[in-house]
Amino acid sequence: MKSKAAGLPLSYRLAVTSRSLAALLGGYVLASMTSVCIALLAPMAQVDAALTGLLSSFVFYLLAFIWCFACRSAWRAWLGVLLPSLLLGMINGLAYWMKNP
Amino acid sequence: MKEGFRQAMAWLHTWTGLIFGWLLFAIFLTGTLSYFKEEISHWAQPEIRSHQLDPVTSLGLAQQYLQSNAGNASSWFIRLPNEREAALSVNWRDPNAQGRRGFTSKALDAHSGEPVEARDSRGGEFFYRFHFQLEMPYPWGRWLSTLCAFIMLLGLVTGIITHKKIFKEFFTFRPGKGQRSWLDGHNAIGVLVLPFHLMISYSSLVLFMYMVMPAGILASYGDTGGYFNDLFGRDDPPAMTGVAAPMAPLPELYAKVQTLAPGARMGYIQIQNPGDSSARVTFTQAAGDHVAYRRSANWTFDGVSGELLRQGAPESAAMMTAFSFAGLHMGNFAGPWLRWLYFAFGIAGTAVIGTGLVMWLGKRQLKHAKSASLPGELRLVEVLNIASMSGLLLGVAAFFWANRLLPVGLQGRADWEVKAFFLAWAVSLVHAVLRPGRKAWGEQLALGALAFALLPLLNALTTGQGLDQSIAAGDWAMAGFDLTALGTGLFLGWVANKMLRAPKPVAKRAPRTAKASAEVVEVNGC
Repeated sequence: MKSKAAGLPLSYRLAVTSRSLAALLGGYVLASMTSVCIALLAPMAQVDAALTGLLSSFVFYLLAFIWCFACRSAWRAWLGVLLPSLLLGMINGLAYWMKNP
Repeated sequence: MKEGFRQAMAWLHTWTGLIFGWLLFAIFLTGTLSYFKEEISHWAQPEIRSHQLDPVTSLGLAQQYLQSNAGNASSWFIRLPNEREAALSVNWRDPNAQGRRGFTSKALDAHSGEPVEARDSRGGEFFYRFHFQLEMPYPWGRWLSTLCAFIMLLGLVTGIITHKKIFKEFFTFRPGKGQRSWLDGHNAIGVLVLPFHLMISYSSLVLFMYMVMPAGILASYGDTGGYFNDLFGRDDPPAMTGVAAPMAPLPELYAKVQTLAPGARMGYIQIQNPGDSSARVTFTQAAGDHVAYRRSANWTFDGVSGELLRQGAPESAAMMTAFSFAGLHMGNFAGPWLRWLYFAFGIAGTAVIGTGLVMWLGKRQLKHAKSASLPGELRLVEVLNIASMSGLLLGVAAFFWANRLLPVGLQGRADWEVKAFFLAWAVSLVHAVLRPGRKAWGEQLALGALAFALLPLLNALTTGQGLDQSIAAGDWAMAGFDLTALGTGLFLGWVANKMLRAPKPVAKRAPRTAKASAEVVEVNGC
């Protein structure tokens, strides 16, 4: 696609940059939030829950990455990673507060 | 990206592959070499002789050496020799000394217990460390290589989505058809070793997940210390009493471990507070005894009375999952045949990355087949392709040549070997900039062919442990290294010959390849 780079408008390039950032950073936040959620809420021993959270976080990172480049626009990419992150963040905050009042 | 899902994934595969391909190639190649880390180290330090394994005697010798040379150390570590490692290594931590956390290490001869004055070299350890630290300051190299591993996993998944007719394509190989053959090769190798590729890239994430994804640990534990204590079932080190007490003989404790776990090979032995009445001895089973890392496979004794204090705690299912991935990645359990299979799979992974990079450029070069020079960005990719692939091979060869040619007494000798590696790599980059693409490939590969093929001869001339000696003595680590170098040299010579001989095929075959590339575009959508 970029080999025709000369003909690509700036808006397209910005959209690709935006998607890349959404995937790399937004995806990381989403993966982190999932790992925290599993670490705090999974009904297992503390170390097992933390471990399971870590092991599965990369699957969510991968899915977020794919979503960011498969969805229809850069805005949707950001929305798709930030909304679930926010939701998980709220659950995590609540769970953390219940454990460490 | 308005096209379908598959096209979007093909796009992602193409561009992440290009940006990370050069680094991934180096990570895969050095990682593949690391499967023979001990054998490479044996070649790099031929002064350390291997003997018949005798753990009890070796352990006694190590204790003797440490007692007379490191009596006041706060802890000792002993690594017993095994089938792949000839040296009896001892390390100790000096409580007063600074620098490198006060650690001293010595390689002892397994039979005499005397320190071996081997040439200063990092050997296989260099490639192993480069594989995940990239010679960058801590922790940046680990972060970057783990990101590369994630991109590799992404590349595999997007690659599978792109080529969904994976089995049909696996049985299609059309050699001698330029671009089409590269794609077929890329797919065939990629699919053939797909389970290995998925395992190796996911497990590298598992190895450093505590570092790159720490949020879960921090939220649950507050810091990583508590998590590691829980995960590895570690105790705090015992407090020194200051009362001197004679140590129990280590061979006796070794015999006790053998009654508890018959036939278990010991990896390393840690002695805390040696010579103190609070001394503790921990035996850890060799990593090669299990596929997964086992936290249960260690035994701690009172260092004075020799009483068994505790055995490692059993693993949970989640731990076994993580530890199995770690063990599969490192391949410590693999015997000679499985180790060669690991090596072959590693080479295949390197080849998938290499063919991908070549294809990216080949496809775009076709459009400029008739013009005299490439556009700037394509020329940049070409130069980086050459330097990152054939240049890296030259760097590896330079490391081994430096190992044999640098004087043994040279100050900072091990560092000079590493400098030779980077110097050769840098020179090959300059060469790639100065020479036209195909010539640069051919010349670097030809030089690489010579450099690798002559290594056995160089070894024979400088150490007297050439193939005639090593095969006769049954030293297969030494002979295997020489034969592999020779094989690598012959292979590189074959490729170099193709590169240097072939007439400019781009101009002649333009109509045919252009048609082929139309098919490629159809498949790859880019």
